[in-house]
Amino acid sequence: MYKYVLKRILIALPVLVGITVIDYVIMCMAGSPLEMMQGPRITEAAIEAKEAALGLDQPVYIQYFTWLGELLHGNLGYSIKSYQPVSAMIASHLGPTLLLMGVSLLVSLLLAVPAGIYSAVHQYTKGDYAVVTASFLGSSVPGFFLSLLLIYVFTVKLGWLPSGGMTTLGAEGSALDTAQHMVMPVMVLAFSMAGSNIRYIRSAVLEILQQDYLRTARAKGIGRFRVINKHALRNALVPIVTVVGMQIPMLFGGAVIIEQVFSWPGLGLMTMSAITSRDYPVIMGVCLLSAIVVLAANLVTDILYALVDPTIRLDA
Amino acid sequence: MAKEKTKDLASESYLQTVFRRFRRHRLAMISLVVLIVLVAAALLAPWIAPYDPDAIVGDFGGAPNWQHWLGTDQIGRDVLSRLLYATRISLLVGVMATLISTVIGVVLGLVAGYFGGIADMVIMRFTDMVMSFPYILLVLVAAAIFRPGLWNIIWILGFVDWPGIARLVRGNVLSLRETNFVKGSIVAGMPLRHILFSEILPNTVAPILVYATSVLALSMLDEAALSFLGQGVQPPAASLGNMLNGAQSLTILTKQPWLWIPAGLLIVILVMAINFVGDALRDALDPNSR
Repeated sequence: MYKYVLKRILIALPVLVGITVIDYVIMCMAGSPLEMMQGPRITEAAIEAKEAALGLDQPVYIQYFTWLGELLHGNLGYSIKSYQPVSAMIASHLGPTLLLMGVSLLVSLLLAVPAGIYSAVHQYTKGDYAVVTASFLGSSVPGFFLSLLLIYVFTVKLGWLPSGGMTTLGAEGSALDTAQHMVMPVMVLAFSMAGSNIRYIRSAVLEILQQDYLRTARAKGIGRFRVINKHALRNALVPIVTVVGMQIPMLFGGAVIIEQVFSWPGLGLMTMSAITSRDYPVIMGVCLLSAIVVLAANLVTDILYALVDPTIRLDA
Repeated sequence: MAKEKTKDLASESYLQTVFRRFRRHRLAMISLVVLIVLVAAALLAPWIAPYDPDAIVGDFGGAPNWQHWLGTDQIGRDVLSRLLYATRISLLVGVMATLISTVIGVVLGLVAGYFGGIADMVIMRFTDMVMSFPYILLVLVAAAIFRPGLWNIIWILGFVDWPGIARLVRGNVLSLRETNFVKGSIVAGMPLRHILFSEILPNTVAPILVYATSVLALSMLDEAALSFLGQGVQPPAASLGNMLNGAQSLTILTKQPWLWIPAGLLIVILVMAINFVGDALRDALDPNSR
């Protein structure tokens, strides 16, 4: 087990380094962030001095190694725009994103697991068709369109929910207030995630229902309820774990747009503004963080597999 | 009677079988019709659009009426005409991006699966890298860097969507390589080109086709999202995403729903129809089902 984890981490490291190289190359093709600073008030000499101060006058590979060296000392660099350390910026924006993601993931599972199982158990009934159609709708609606519709209905027409932000001015810190702000973004994220999850869980459960051990269980005369809840559900845990694992990278990315629409003060919003102002150290930091999250999620998924399914052995 | 029917099934060609199975999915059949109508409308846009999509032909932000079925936008362009042209652009982006990523994925998957060894390892590690990027983030960064525009969006989406296809093809090649007909060709000394393109590839076309429909749906969603954020197809060209861009302003969102709801609904309908067709294709092409 430990050997397996170690091996996986050793494989993941070159992938991670490769990702940072690709990131760096893409960004260098984009041109200097200092172009954004140009204007009548800034002289050529000032820009050159700035360039030298930021190390941008060096060749690309030297810049990369400088960045990598600093990274190994735990320094992600400083934002070109706000001069704040990137790690502090990420730290302050991570909380809201994790909150939004965690709650959305939870809600989507609460929707998808019962719906997927129901639809598998009642295959080819009207209920099944309704669930599957709804799940296709979920994965076909662009998140931003659904957000706009929700804002139109709940904020503009009904006036029940705030349209954006995380807190109301003057009511900071109240959990209820934050929860109110979260309702719409969570609905959008959970609905679109549940869309693909339902179909995945459904087909996984369908496969389990055809297994011999379930036929045996049924033949023994155990009631339908117990067959499904005791024998089938436990085995359905494996696909559910996969779903969660697949979702984490998607959550990280999908939030960018939703955070933008609802001005949710998380990583996505920060990244979007870094992208428009070409704030490379910030973009690099976020890309690195998300790559680590994705690779870690893959690893944890594989380990969880072994925990829920004793027939999978990792030491092979 | 029964005898005739079995004879029918026996003499049925592969495509006929697929179509017979496909027809059983009512939603997919409806979707197919909807898709054909929408694609035809998009292709025929220059002839059936009531107005020039970029010409100012009416009031600023006029509500739907008999001259302008879906109203006019902020600067007086006909929304219906723009919608037709936007569908054209969005379909173009989706189809081209899917083609590019399919070609890249198929080539890399074939090479990795067939040759194995170092080629396989390098390609698969590279696939891991691309897959480990948070998808939208990568697309956004790339779009910001390469100046947003129609063809840049197509290339970016094409270069991002291939890893799934590469993995799929590689897996299929690995199992096909062990089959007797491929082994036979290798022993017979058939040229590599023949084995790869005339024996292995045709046998993996069905799953690629199914996967490609989901890539098509995804890349259309991505184009819409990018254009919505202003990083995709640039005005004055209309795409379904950038027609929704205006809805970020409160006046349009609240007072002029005809400017954004039709475009949004059209995306939903298109993507959903593609997904349904893909799902039915998966069932119809599956050799294990009857």
